[in-house]
Amino acid sequence: MSGSKTLAEKLWERHIVREAEGEPDLLYVDLHLVHEVTSPQAFEGLRLAERGVRRPDLTLATMDHNVPTWGADRPVEDEVSAKQMEALSNNCEEFGIQLHKMGAIGQGIVHVIGPEMGITQPGMLIVCGDSHTSTHGAFGALAFGIGTSEVEHVLATQTISQRRPKTMAVTVEGDLPVGITAKDVMLGILKRIGTGGGVGHVIEYRGEAIRQLSMEGRMTICNMSIEGGARAGLIAPDETTFEYVQGRPHAPEGAEWEAALADWKTLKTDEGAEFDREVVINASDLVPYVSWGTTPAQTVGLDGAVPEPENEGHERALKYMALTPGTQIREIEVDTVFLGSCTNARIEDLRAAANVLEGHKVKEGIRALVVPGSMRVKQQAEEEGLDEVFKEAGFDWRDAGCSMCLGMNPDILAPGERCASTSNRNFEGRQGRGGRTHLVSPVVAAATAVMGRFAAPSELGVLEVS
Amino acid sequence: MEPVQRIEGKALPLGYSDVDTDQIVPSDALKRIERTGFGQFLFQEWREDPDFVMNRTEHVGAKVLLAGENFGSGSSREHAPWAIQDYGFSAVIATSLADIFKNNCAKIGLLAVELPEEIVNKLLEASRKDPEARITVDLESRTVKGPGVEAEFEMDDFTRHRLLNGLDDISLTLTYEDKLGEFENSRPSHWPSVI
Ligand code: SF4
Repeated sequence: MSGSKTLAEKLWERHIVREAEGEPDLLYVDLHLVHEVTSPQAFEGLRLAERGVRRPDLTLATMDHNVPTWGADRPVEDEVSAKQMEALSNNCEEFGIQLHKMGAIGQGIVHVIGPEMGITQPGMLIVCGDSHTSTHGAFGALAFGIGTSEVEHVLATQTISQRRPKTMAVTVEGDLPVGITAKDVMLGILKRIGTGGGVGHVIEYRGEAIRQLSMEGRMTICNMSIEGGARAGLIAPDETTFEYVQGRPHAPEGAEWEAALADWKTLKTDEGAEFDREVVINASDLVPYVSWGTTPAQTVGLDGAVPEPENEGHERALKYMALTPGTQIREIEVDTVFLGSCTNARIEDLRAAANVLEGHKVKEGIRALVVPGSMRVKQQAEEEGLDEVFKEAGFDWRDAGCSMCLGMNPDILAPGERCASTSNRNFEGRQGRGGRTHLVSPVVAAATAVMGRFAAPSELGVLEVS
Repeated sequence: MEPVQRIEGKALPLGYSDVDTDQIVPSDALKRIERTGFGQFLFQEWREDPDFVMNRTEHVGAKVLLAGENFGSGSSREHAPWAIQDYGFSAVIATSLADIFKNNCAKIGLLAVELPEEIVNKLLEASRKDPEARITVDLESRTVKGPGVEAEFEMDDFTRHRLLNGLDDISLTLTYEDKLGEFENSRPSHWPSVI
């Protein structure tokens, strides 16, 4: 059908400030998220060029990457981290940017707080100096990560210069099987498309199984788009989205809400629109996954075994992970369990894990920690009594931050330590030098903490996981 | 940004595929607030192995980094290209490059070029056999030359023009102030602001 457009194209076009033959398009940014690690050099650049921040009202900063997640009321012991956080404070003050500092109720992982405040809304264009900005695509917003030079460009001009990406559809057909979480859906997609499968594309996730997911689950999916190399991930907004946004602090109200809603309902791929690439996955083929290697596409079902290496890259991964082909995944013992990150540290993730842990204890000798995605998630979990479940089971109950997802704060793996992690990257050294990361869902992480080896919630008698 | 026209020098035959940004610069090195000084952290973990290719004296002074597929995947940290440039490289040649990484390289004037696998393999082989082998990346003609290799690479005219002239993106964008103002005035009122 001529004139039919994909959602990605619609979002792109509504943000074009300027286009010219042979040049990248200049796009308007509706929300620029800022954190302490990728911004100091950008602010420095502004100062050197004597430029200001064009739209502080569309810029929001938080501290997340290297904040310690315990003792938020005490001085940060790591001097270099402290200096970086101080730089962000000073920069935000100088340029008039709203900042959620360590210890504040609004503080949290940059991709958790936007949706939570209701600032992430359908139809927007959102950028941040962080690759997991793709998370916000769950709302039908175009959201992607940028480098520090681009951060400076956005600060100065509220625009970003980008080439039009290709479009890709990943359709997950059929009902989501019982016991399969959003994390498993995404690990299954990555297993299929590989780490380079989405390069140059914006992926729109479609199909019954995707529609059945909550907003938290959709964010988990879009979050890991970058692990498939994609520029961004997208899910068309629907009733689930509208219901999530409505009533949040920054959501439109009254007549504005009606206007917004009318607009948001147009945000979907037209019938007959063509994608540059399409992948169809059958939901009934999905299982709970555990990664065995050092890329998020190197995964196997929990019921499976460590595979035989197929190339030199696999051999390097197996050596790093100290795994022997043929070993049953359920026989692999872990030292640490990390429940956190912008992939899986929202309230629903915590509820699901707590549900598995209820009445159980973390196996002796295992270090287990929960790091809520934001201070608000933490507060809500405490109101629901989830913290008690975690603490009783033997988990450490922390403040919000990225924490062990990337090991910039004191929570790191020791060399050789093996970790079941709900985060998104199992790269060499990601969680600490020499550390071995296995990516799993929150419910598998919880069951693994109890059993001391990779395990399914059903082994603890928990059959309903969501 | 300094203009870039032509790079000529020895290569470092790394050759690995799926080299992610955590391997290029580990996260504990990201706490600096300056743009410089990241070269010391380049491939930090691998460098602890005395046999790692970067530690071999014959490759000291290499200007061109040779890698395999999906180089620079993972995070958006511009610290990765900063580290490569700060260490002394002026160009990266790989079978394929991750999107954000490629973008970041273009912003700082680090030439990042994709070539077919067989050509990258030839360059790798040449540099392993003779570490002194010269490789030339010429932006003007969009070609890479090395022993027994002459290949064209793709780069759009706009990026090339920017690199050749060392143009600053921000100044360029600010010349479109009219359009920017117009766009801002037409933004729907229900769109949120952080205030
Ligand atoms: S939680 Fe991990 S992946 Fe997410 S923003 Fe923080 S460091 Fe990045």
